[in-house]
Amino acid sequence: MKANSYKNQPDERGHFGPYGGRYVAETLMPLILQVEKAWSAAKADPVFWAEFDDLAKNYIGRPSPLYFAKRATEHFGGAKIYFKRDELNHTGAHKINHCIGQVLLAKRMGKTRIIAETGAGQHGVATATVCALFDIPCTIFMGATDVERQSPNVFRMKLLGAEVRPVTSGSGTLKDAMNEALRDWVTNVHDTYYLIGTVAGPHPYPAMVRDFQSVIGKELKEQMQEREGRLPDTLVACIGGGSNAMGLFHPFLDDTGVRLIGVEAGGHGVNTDKHAASLTGGRPGVLHGMQSYFLQDADGQIQEAHSISAGLDYPGIGPEHAWLFDEKRVDYVSVTDDEALAAFQLCTKLEGIIPALEPSHAFAHVMKIVPKLPKDHILVMNLCGRGDKDIFTVAGKLGMKI
Amino acid sequence: MTRIEKTFGALKRPALVTFITAGDPDRDTSQAVLDALPGAGADIVEIGMPFSDPMADGPVIQAASLRALKARANMKQTLSMVRQFRSKNDTTPVVLMGYFNPVLAYGVQQFAADAASAGADGLIIVDLPPEEDAELQKSAKENGLDIIRLVTPTTDEARLKSLLNGASGFLYYVSITGVTGAASADPARLAPHIAAIKKHTALPVAVGFGIKTPEDATRIGKIADGVVVGSALVQTIEKSKKNEAAQAVAKQVKALAGAL
Repeated sequence: MKANSYKNQPDERGHFGPYGGRYVAETLMPLILQVEKAWSAAKADPVFWAEFDDLAKNYIGRPSPLYFAKRATEHFGGAKIYFKRDELNHTGAHKINHCIGQVLLAKRMGKTRIIAETGAGQHGVATATVCALFDIPCTIFMGATDVERQSPNVFRMKLLGAEVRPVTSGSGTLKDAMNEALRDWVTNVHDTYYLIGTVAGPHPYPAMVRDFQSVIGKELKEQMQEREGRLPDTLVACIGGGSNAMGLFHPFLDDTGVRLIGVEAGGHGVNTDKHAASLTGGRPGVLHGMQSYFLQDADGQIQEAHSISAGLDYPGIGPEHAWLFDEKRVDYVSVTDDEALAAFQLCTKLEGIIPALEPSHAFAHVMKIVPKLPKDHILVMNLCGRGDKDIFTVAGKLGMKI
Repeated sequence: MTRIEKTFGALKRPALVTFITAGDPDRDTSQAVLDALPGAGADIVEIGMPFSDPMADGPVIQAASLRALKARANMKQTLSMVRQFRSKNDTTPVVLMGYFNPVLAYGVQQFAADAASAGADGLIIVDLPPEEDAELQKSAKENGLDIIRLVTPTTDEARLKSLLNGASGFLYYVSITGVTGAASADPARLAPHIAAIKKHTALPVAVGFGIKTPEDATRIGKIADGVVVGSALVQTIEKSKKNEAAQAVAKQVKALAGAL
């Protein structure tokens, strides 16, 4: 049976269909139940949202513009391309949206220390930023591999007063950083709030982070009404854990005439063993507190993900995406490292916007589909992060020295 | 009566529960260590099912899991180790401990059936709270396996009641908020927690996390029905030559048992 609405998930125990839930060590369970209780209360409190809205407007700089990408549109000669400019947010990506929300919640809960994991460093920078703003000590766990390839963000976090702990266990990337953050949380359960950086983890995190990020889709709906007097036809967003995509898609889930496309990181190709496409190349499993799709071997051992983009380099995906994939409400596709790299360069030259490697994946898919779409078709891509942090990676790939 | 009930019923001292990771550093060495445990004084053996992402474990057991996986350990091999152990020992309870994903990948029902037929007695799935374990509960019951629940310093009375619902065999009290192999537990702080648990259940309570030395075992043994030692033994396996691991661990287990 089809659900009447795609927006009434999850159930009271955090399940999106069979996905989500709470799979954590018992030591953490009471705290996670507290987080849920605090979140339920905050969600219904106008004072909480007044503070969130004020910071969203005056600190983050929301609403982010809806920009008509004229040159890109002319270049491909097909559908009208709009960018939702979340890279213009303070700190340069959408991550700040859920960081503001969660730090307000942590404060409400009386927590005095924040921990977070980060892949590309965008979530780490955003966390360190809000912790500076609210004068709360924070520790950021970051895979040692990522520390190396995202050094500008590491320096930013340190400037902001965060302690950055490189994680060498496993593959030294995002999933290992998340393991280490969970180990820290279980140890410092009484005073610490774990500020999860995507729509993943145990309930209520996937729903809570989605609710904070939904500001993206809500703004878009209004802006599009103003600009074009109607709904868009297609929305495109990149997916690692899936926070920017969930925030863009969620307000449109019941507008079934709007096509939603999530773009996973295909690395060297989903038919190789070097990619990060959990939906197109993985299967259901349990990790990091949730049931969802994961890259894993036949024995249930989690496999290392690969992507040129550190922010997409995660072997899992948020549980709501897993459910929307099964329900076929959202189409999930993948693009390779090389395609993303080409898209990065083209977007920069055509629009004068250097996108992060994460939304470069989304743009790579846009490049594939817009030429075949009619001129009155309206497509919106979430430009969820700026690319300054990636210039070293890109220069390396292009064989240039900077 | 189950092997676990018989063991706790017959013991005149607290039970010594030992943990090793299956297949660490390779199958043969691990089997030799496992087979030597009861003779050295282990009353219950816990066998870790290796997992790539053991987020409740400290560095020592993380490393053991990775060593085992590197030597191509998998669930089939873990169960075959239990079967081999059981062919020589029909009395010492075997508890399989690990994370849910490898169990899910194996198939929950199939896993419970195969674990029971291999000779396992109980299961501890670290990241499977009561809210999510209905399917495993059912399969475990059908196959006569105990579900051993973890109770922690963050467990309040209401939570304890929901943990006890469906718990059997014994309770595993996690002595500290933290990962395995971390700081030592303080018996003075533990005693009231254990007393509070005992008010609600007749199940034996074993205490684990942070118990490393015979002195720790003596102190914790005074307030618990069992003590669990894991990281300290795994560290011995890590430091020993492969052909000396079983003997080194046996020596350590003997000292621990003597202290209880």
